[in-house]
Amino acid sequence: MGGLRHIQKGEVRMAAIEATGLVKTFKGRKTTVKALDGIDLDVPEGTVLGLLGPNGAGKTTTVRVLTTLMKPDAGTARVLGHDVVTEADTVRSLVGLSGQYAAVDELLTGRENLWMFGRLYRLSSQQAKQRAEELLATFDLTEAADRILKTYSGGMRRRLDLAGSLIAHPKVLFLDEPTTGLDPRSRLDLWQIIRDRVREGVTILLTTQYLEEADELADSIAVVDHGSVIARGTADELKAKVGGERIEVVVHDPGDTVRALELLTGALRIADPESTTLEEHTRRITVPAPGGSSALVDVIRTLDAADIRIADIGLRRPTLDDVFLTLTGHEAEQKESL
Amino acid sequence: MSAELPARVNPIGRALSDAGVLAWRSLKRIPRTPDMLIYATIQPIMFVLLFAYVFGNAIPIPGFPGPRAYREFLMSGIFAQTMAFAVASASVGLADDMSKGLIDRFRSLPMARSGVIAGRVVGDLVFNAFVMLIMVLCGFIVGWRWHNGFGQALAAFAILLLFAFAMLWVGALIGLSVGGPEVASSAGLIWLFPLTFLSNAFVPTPQLPSALQPVAEWNPISSIVAACRHLFGNPSPFASPDGFPAQHPVWLSLIWCVAIIVVFAPLAVRKYRSATGH
Repeated sequence: MGGLRHIQKGEVRMAAIEATGLVKTFKGRKTTVKALDGIDLDVPEGTVLGLLGPNGAGKTTTVRVLTTLMKPDAGTARVLGHDVVTEADTVRSLVGLSGQYAAVDELLTGRENLWMFGRLYRLSSQQAKQRAEELLATFDLTEAADRILKTYSGGMRRRLDLAGSLIAHPKVLFLDEPTTGLDPRSRLDLWQIIRDRVREGVTILLTTQYLEEADELADSIAVVDHGSVIARGTADELKAKVGGERIEVVVHDPGDTVRALELLTGALRIADPESTTLEEHTRRITVPAPGGSSALVDVIRTLDAADIRIADIGLRRPTLDDVFLTLTGHEAEQKESL
Repeated sequence: MSAELPARVNPIGRALSDAGVLAWRSLKRIPRTPDMLIYATIQPIMFVLLFAYVFGNAIPIPGFPGPRAYREFLMSGIFAQTMAFAVASASVGLADDMSKGLIDRFRSLPMARSGVIAGRVVGDLVFNAFVMLIMVLCGFIVGWRWHNGFGQALAAFAILLLFAFAMLWVGALIGLSVGGPEVASSAGLIWLFPLTFLSNAFVPTPQLPSALQPVAEWNPISSIVAACRHLFGNPSPFASPDGFPAQHPVWLSLIWCVAIIVVFAPLAVRKYRSATGH
């Protein structure tokens, strides 16, 4: 409702997806897991939000709530102004969902799968046939259209799965880890398909474990951990929070580590000693490098002048692990999936 | 057709149309998995041979002397058991769809809640009709016949299919409740063995210990078997020939089928609404 008011005034873009205080708890026999612990989201129409987080952070649960597969224990969510609980049927007819697993029938052909989904989206048999042809052509699957899906590669299945979610021309698309498990080539193909949808004005909520993917596709990113959003911003803003690029040096002689760190702190004029790390047992020193590669030259000169031998040196860009480590103080490795 | 709201469709027409699409899907799959049909028929054929030629000689049918009496007696038991095992096709099929994320996809579509299960049930019913046809041929080969005319035989087959239909809803509930297709297969079948052996399917109930006789005669599988024997005109001995199961076998079989459907169909649909893929 808030979203509709905005568009009437013509000031702000309508929120295609808005969620407030979503809570979802799973009760097992012995344990209860709070999968969602007050998720708030606001995705303006025509933009891409990347939901970034490790396994078990609550990404999939969020998608399941927003696509009406699961009712939240508390909180509300609207998609294109329609409540996902009380107007679930309407929401289902407006959105497309493509999940972590290519959810297609392995014993049907590509054409049959799309025809079936078209019929279930309430198209007539003729319309469903026509739409299937269009999508097969768009996704470069016309040649494989009459083959049973068992013979498809992983990338082809994913493309067909995505095609299935586009049958009703949805204005909002939910993509749950669309490229997990794909080879690099298929991943690039899929990225292009997603970009084409964005150009058509589709609003996309995409979950991913890869900062790179969010970086490539998303206008803004929400980092999720333990069921709540712990940071929001563009990819650049998040990387800046982590502190930008860093230099890692491994010195040759274990006795040199402390002296090397002191020299580098001075040479790079590092004000905050907390931003450096020193691992004695691996002889590894990490320092922030706001100047990027020019700082790399400074480091090599400084150590060389002090006669400290370097075993290894490199410039590191922030990774999802770094974002996590910085934002939460724990590693992004959690195996259980919700 | 695009992202506009769907036109208001009559909900019953919508449910039927969705079930039709999903049934089409199930039927398409049958010829593409011929091994399913083979495995579904091997087990009952083995039972026919085992009972007709091995155990059957040791089981006299009270009031019906002669070596062919047992084979006439046996086939209705085999038919009913085969239809009861329809549970497995529904439970494995739905558990498989769930583990592959297909149930999630269907649930995210603007389709009728009953569509997926109803489509599965109709498709599996056709599959089980095939299986039964094979078993009827098998029965003819070992010497089984019907004696009350084709009309009554047809009625018996209709009851068997109704029973399969009822058991498919049980299978749907099991399939949506367990973790994966492997568990679904054993969870769908494990309780069926004692249920069929504690019935009149293979052993005449007068031969059972007296404490088990009432259980075996009121058993839903027994009611189907007794109704078929009655309609086929095959030997149908009862421990208590004056009881309701012996007097009204057809009625009791229909009551059981309706009762199973009334209980399990809503449970299965309710389970589907909250089913989660992983």
